[in-house]
Amino acid sequence: MSTETLIAGRRARVRRRSLLTGGLAVAVLVAFLTSLMVGNTFYGLDKVIRVILGETVPGASFTVGDLRLPRASLGLVTGLCFGVAGVTFQTMLRNPLASPDIIGISSGASAAAVIGLIVFSLSETAVSLLALLAALLTAGAIYLLANRRGFAGTRLILIGIGVAAMLDSLVSYVLSRAASWDLQMAMQWLTGSLNGATWSGVMPVAIACVVLVPVLLLHERHLGVLRMGDDSAASLGVRVQRTRIVLIVGAVALLAFATAASGPIAFVAFMAGPIAARIVGPGASLTLPSGLIGALLVLVADLVGQFAFDNRYPVGVITGVLGAPYLVYLLIRSNRTGSSI
Amino acid sequence: MTHAHSLAAEDITLAYGDRIVVEGLDLAIAPGKITVIVGANGCGKSTLLRALARLIPPQKGRVMLDGASLQHQPSKEIARTLGLLPQRPVAPEGIAVADLVGRGRHPHQRMLARWSPRDYEAVADALAATGIADLADRSVDELSGGQQQRVWIAMALAQETDILLLDEPTTFLDVAHQIEVLDLLTDLNRDRGTTIVMVLHDLNLAARYADELVAVRDGSVHAIGGPDEVITEVLVKEVFGLDSRVIGDPLTGKPLVLPSGRHHVL
Repeated sequence: MSTETLIAGRRARVRRRSLLTGGLAVAVLVAFLTSLMVGNTFYGLDKVIRVILGETVPGASFTVGDLRLPRASLGLVTGLCFGVAGVTFQTMLRNPLASPDIIGISSGASAAAVIGLIVFSLSETAVSLLALLAALLTAGAIYLLANRRGFAGTRLILIGIGVAAMLDSLVSYVLSRAASWDLQMAMQWLTGSLNGATWSGVMPVAIACVVLVPVLLLHERHLGVLRMGDDSAASLGVRVQRTRIVLIVGAVALLAFATAASGPIAFVAFMAGPIAARIVGPGASLTLPSGLIGALLVLVADLVGQFAFDNRYPVGVITGVLGAPYLVYLLIRSNRTGSSI
Repeated sequence: MTHAHSLAAEDITLAYGDRIVVEGLDLAIAPGKITVIVGANGCGKSTLLRALARLIPPQKGRVMLDGASLQHQPSKEIARTLGLLPQRPVAPEGIAVADLVGRGRHPHQRMLARWSPRDYEAVADALAATGIADLADRSVDELSGGQQQRVWIAMALAQETDILLLDEPTTFLDVAHQIEVLDLLTDLNRDRGTTIVMVLHDLNLAARYADELVAVRDGSVHAIGGPDEVITEVLVKEVFGLDSRVIGDPLTGKPLVLPSGRHHVL
C-alpha cells in the first residue's frame, strides 16, 4: 500500500463531498433569491440584489425588503437549524427515527411557545427563551427516563414519542381555550409557517444559528467517533458524556429557537439528514449538508405552498405532506433492515 | 516500538449499579507480552478488560498506567498509549475502509486539523499490516466478517498505542480467520513490542497464543502464569466446571484441553 494511493483515494472522497455540499449551497442560494423575486409582482434579479444591498428601489424596496426578505431569511435560518439539529440527534442515536421532532423535543418547544403567546402574551424574544427552556427540559426528561438502563436508542425513541403525544395534546388544549383572534396566529404552532415574518422574529434564530452551528460543526469529529459506539469513542479519547451533552444542548437550542420563530415546520429535522446522507454519501460528515437540505426544503416548500395552488398553504402543510409518507417508508425499511442513518 | 508501559489493577472493585462483578482484584499486566484472560461466561473478564481501558471507573481501588491512576489522566493522552477494540463496534453505514481506519488517528489529531502526513503513514501501515490495503476505498458494509474484523484491528493499529486491549477479537470468525487474527496480533507483539491483553473464549487458542494466562473466576484472579502452569485438569474443573483431559499439543507443545462431556468418550 503506497501512501500516495491512500492520499489520492481520500482526497477524491473529500473533493466529491465538498463539490456536492457546494452544489447544495448554490441550490439554497437560488431558492432564496427565487423567493425574493417571485410573488404577486415579479421583480428581476437586479432589483432584488439592489434592495439587498440597501438601495432604495421604488416599489421593490417595500415588497422585497420588508415583506419577502424577512420571510425568506426566516425560512433559510429555521431550515438550517432544523436540518442541523435533526441530523445531530439522528447520528448520535444512530437512528433516523431519533429526530427531535419525532421524539417530543419540538413538541416541548411548541407547547411552551403556545402557552407563552396565548396565555401570557409574551414578546417574541421571551417566547424564544421560554421555548428554549421547555425544549431543554423536555430533552432532559426524555434523557433521564431513557438513560436509567443505559442510553438505549429504541427505548429513548419510544419514550420520546409518548412525551410528544402528551405535549401535543397540551397544545391542542391551550388552542381550544384560546380567543378566536389568537387562533390565527396560534395555528402556526400546529403546522409551522413563515407568514408575517419580521426582523424581530428572525434575529433570535439567526443569532442562535451563528453561535451554535459552528459549535456543532467543531464537535462533528467527535460525533463521527461516537457513531462507532460509546466504548470505541471512549477508547479513542473522546469524553463521551461531555460530548453528548454539548451536542444535545446545541441541537436542542437550535431547534427551540427555530420552533419559537416559525413553529415546528413538520418533518424538516427528520427528513434533512437522511436526504443529505443519500446525496453526499452516508459515511461522510453530514451536519452542514443536512443544514443546507433543511433550508432548501423550507424555502422550496414555502414557495410551493404560496404559489403552486389556488389557496395559499403554510409551509408546514407542504413539508408534512412530503414527510409523513417518508416516515412510513422509513418505518417499513427499518423494520426490514434495522437501518441506521 | 518504544519503552514498555506498565498497566496494573490495584485492589479494584467493579460494579454495574448495585451488582458487584469484580471485587478486590489485583493484576499486573506483563509489559511487552501477550496476556490472555479466560473464564466462564459472566465471570467478569470483559468487565475487567473494560476497567483496564478506563471505560468503567472502579468503585474501589484504581487502575494504574505508568504509575498514575487512569482516572487522573486526560482521556486523550491515555488514548495515545492504550487502545481498546470492543466486542461489537459499530461501523457507520457506508464509510470507506481507509476513513474508518483513519478514525484510529483521532487521539493524535487536533480540533480542525486535516490528516497530517504522519496520519496517512500510520493508516497505510495499518492497512498493510492487516493485509487489507487493496480494500482501502471500499465501503466497510460490503466486506465479509473476517475482513471487517481486520478493518477494526487496523483501526486499533493506526492508533499506534503500545498497549492494545481486545475483547474477544475472534468471535464471529471461522477457524481460519481466528488463526489469522491471532497470528497478526502475535506479529504485532513480536515486531513492535506491543503489549497485548485480550479476552478469548477458546482455551486451546488461549494456551497457544498467550505468554501469560489469567484465569478469572467469580470476579477474582483464580490463577495466573504461563499456559503450562495454568492449564491443568484441576483448573479447568474449578474455573469452568468442566471435566477434561489435558495433553501436550503435538504441534506446539502447549497444553491442549480435551473436554470429556457426557457422550462419545471411549
